[in-house]
Amino acid sequence: MTAAEIFEKLGSEFGSAILSLTEEPATDSFITVDPAQLFDICHTLRDEESLLFDYMMSLSALDLGENLGVVYHLYSMTHRHKIVIKVSVSKENPVVPSVERIWRTADWHEREAYDLLGVKFDGHHNLIRILLPYDWEGYPLRKDYVTPDTYHDMKVPY
Amino acid sequence: MGEIKRMDLEYSQLDSDRMRINVGPQHPSTHGVLRLEVEVDGEIVTEVVPHLGYLHRSFEKHCEKLNYQQIIPFIDRMDYISAMNNEWPYVMALEKMLDIKVPEKVEYIRVIVAELNRIANHQIAVATFGMDAGAFTPFLYYFRDREAIISILERLSGARLLYNYFRVGGMAADIYPGFKDDCLNVVKQVRKTNAEIMKLLIHNSIFIKRSANVGILTPEVAINYACSGPVLRGSGVAHDLRRDEPYSVYDRFDFEIPVGKGDVGVVGDCWNRNIVRVHEMEQSCRIIEQALAQMPETGDVKAMIPKRIKLPKGEVYMRTENPKGDLGFYIVSNGTDKPERMKARGTSFVNLSVIPEISKGYMFADLILILGSIDIVLGEVDR
Amino acid sequence: MGLLNRLDDPYEGGGIVLGKVEELLNWGRSKSDWYLHFGLACCAIEFMAMNASHFDFMRFGTIPRTSPRQADFIMVTGTVTFKMAERIKILYEQMAEPKYVISVGSCSNSGGPYWEHGYHVLKGVDRIIPVDVYIPGCPPRPEAFEEGMMQLQKKINQQAIFNKRKRIELEDSTKDESNKES
Repeated sequence: MTAAEIFEKLGSEFGSAILSLTEEPATDSFITVDPAQLFDICHTLRDEESLLFDYMMSLSALDLGENLGVVYHLYSMTHRHKIVIKVSVSKENPVVPSVERIWRTADWHEREAYDLLGVKFDGHHNLIRILLPYDWEGYPLRKDYVTPDTYHDMKVPY
Repeated sequence: MGEIKRMDLEYSQLDSDRMRINVGPQHPSTHGVLRLEVEVDGEIVTEVVPHLGYLHRSFEKHCEKLNYQQIIPFIDRMDYISAMNNEWPYVMALEKMLDIKVPEKVEYIRVIVAELNRIANHQIAVATFGMDAGAFTPFLYYFRDREAIISILERLSGARLLYNYFRVGGMAADIYPGFKDDCLNVVKQVRKTNAEIMKLLIHNSIFIKRSANVGILTPEVAINYACSGPVLRGSGVAHDLRRDEPYSVYDRFDFEIPVGKGDVGVVGDCWNRNIVRVHEMEQSCRIIEQALAQMPETGDVKAMIPKRIKLPKGEVYMRTENPKGDLGFYIVSNGTDKPERMKARGTSFVNLSVIPEISKGYMFADLILILGSIDIVLGEVDR
Repeated sequence: MGLLNRLDDPYEGGGIVLGKVEELLNWGRSKSDWYLHFGLACCAIEFMAMNASHFDFMRFGTIPRTSPRQADFIMVTGTVTFKMAERIKILYEQMAEPKYVISVGSCSNSGGPYWEHGYHVLKGVDRIIPVDVYIPGCPPRPEAFEEGMMQLQKKINQQAIFNKRKRIELEDSTKDESNKES
């Protein structure tokens, strides 16, 4: 299925929760959705016969300035088609539903996104830091992050 | 000497206590700096909690601070065993964004160096897996052969391990005279050693007893965990991006995709994951032979390299078949010479996440084998 | 150098070596160093190649140990992150004296390529433990490992074992005198 067909299919099921479709002829087209309904949308994406996105390639979070974005790259092993789903949430309250129960691989990806960018995944069973030490402060991949001077009495800058 | 009294134990009356054991981060069997917190009941593993981040080198932060050409050496340092393969999806992503068509000869050089590096990676993987099972000789054999591959790549790029050889639109240097002969010698030697290893290690009854029927990963679980590479193919799923989404010139070669068939043990166990790697080396040899025969003699490998890379606004996700599985790069460009955000989908990071699932219920010693059969590189797990 | 070379000396028909006990001890120590292999990153792969058949690191009399209590020196091969730094310190403190440290590769020498933006990289392992030999390279070639090992042996060979304090005092006093003279 092409991105436009998937967009139509999701639109007929979820209505206004499917916000927009951006078609990029050279690279990947993406669909922007409402984060409130993300879990149900992902569930449909995985289980609907004509979609069957059973393979999550990647989950990335990014700093969009005012907002934080989460991008899901999905692939279907059966139909061999791809889609990119995007959501964006405000930095003050960055809560996105967790899709860990749909694709188990999202477990570590979500923990990484929480660790480096501070996106909070609602419904994740164990949302703790994964790469940085547990007592690290701040989210390093945010654009306004300032590297600390010391960590446990060790100097951080060169 | 008094009479020896035999003590009868009533096993039903003995209490069993769960114990938590810490493996790593400094441990030779963890293949790097991985820490596993293992809960055991006697010797049976009941829970595994991996702790990562001991090699978190802030790769994604570096990408935001450096310009596009400067990122390539940092990509080498992610999966440092197969650096050539790592650079490929990145330069391909940029070529796609910039709409560059690379010369024919460059494509063939890329295929050959990537396949050579794939062989070198699998040699380390099988050798260290053998070491985990207690076999030291394959390690020496494979490292002897690996030196031949390393010296070819060194003559091409100037480095033994971290090559920095790919450029956007071309390669850093052309091949040297005698490159073809060197490659053919390597192919010959790899085949010879693999035939030996098949007898020495793979079909050795001790090795089979230790690795067959251990750590069984079913295809459904593997796909749900987004496993890829030999881990997924060991479970019987013939998923290989070189065939499923042919990039570069892979559609011109005739090669097979080895999958775990369950000749020994069951499909998806450690033995089957391991045998896939040995068979893949043979397929890589076939690809190298065909690529050498098809490669055009002339062509400027640096012709299409842009002086200054400035990406248009937009984003791209590119993935290729790394020796360990799908390696993906998600690049978001803001129109300058530095990426806005770059995310690497580490193959080992994803493959490792399946370990709590497949190691429950096996012996503690089997856990080391299961970890070895996944073939992780901590540089890519932690990035 | 080399105690064995002196066996040919014509004392009483050969077979006799005149020397200090210290020399003998240092000779023995420098030729059988057991190391704690601290494989952290890329350099560890090069070190594996070093250990394998082609380069044969064991010709230096080294044996890899996995316990710090049995090791004479520690080989820090790779990037030291803050999460790892405390563990390295603990392992170093567990080692018995005399102990040495070889820092392998740019990362553990100075932070390497991660010196500027690596928020989670310790910029040099010498910020937490004392380093005896630095091996440069990213990663170092096996030949560089050999050179580094030879430098460590040289250092061990020159070490004072007995009357350390007295000697240091003596050296200091001679230094003071020479300073005065100059």
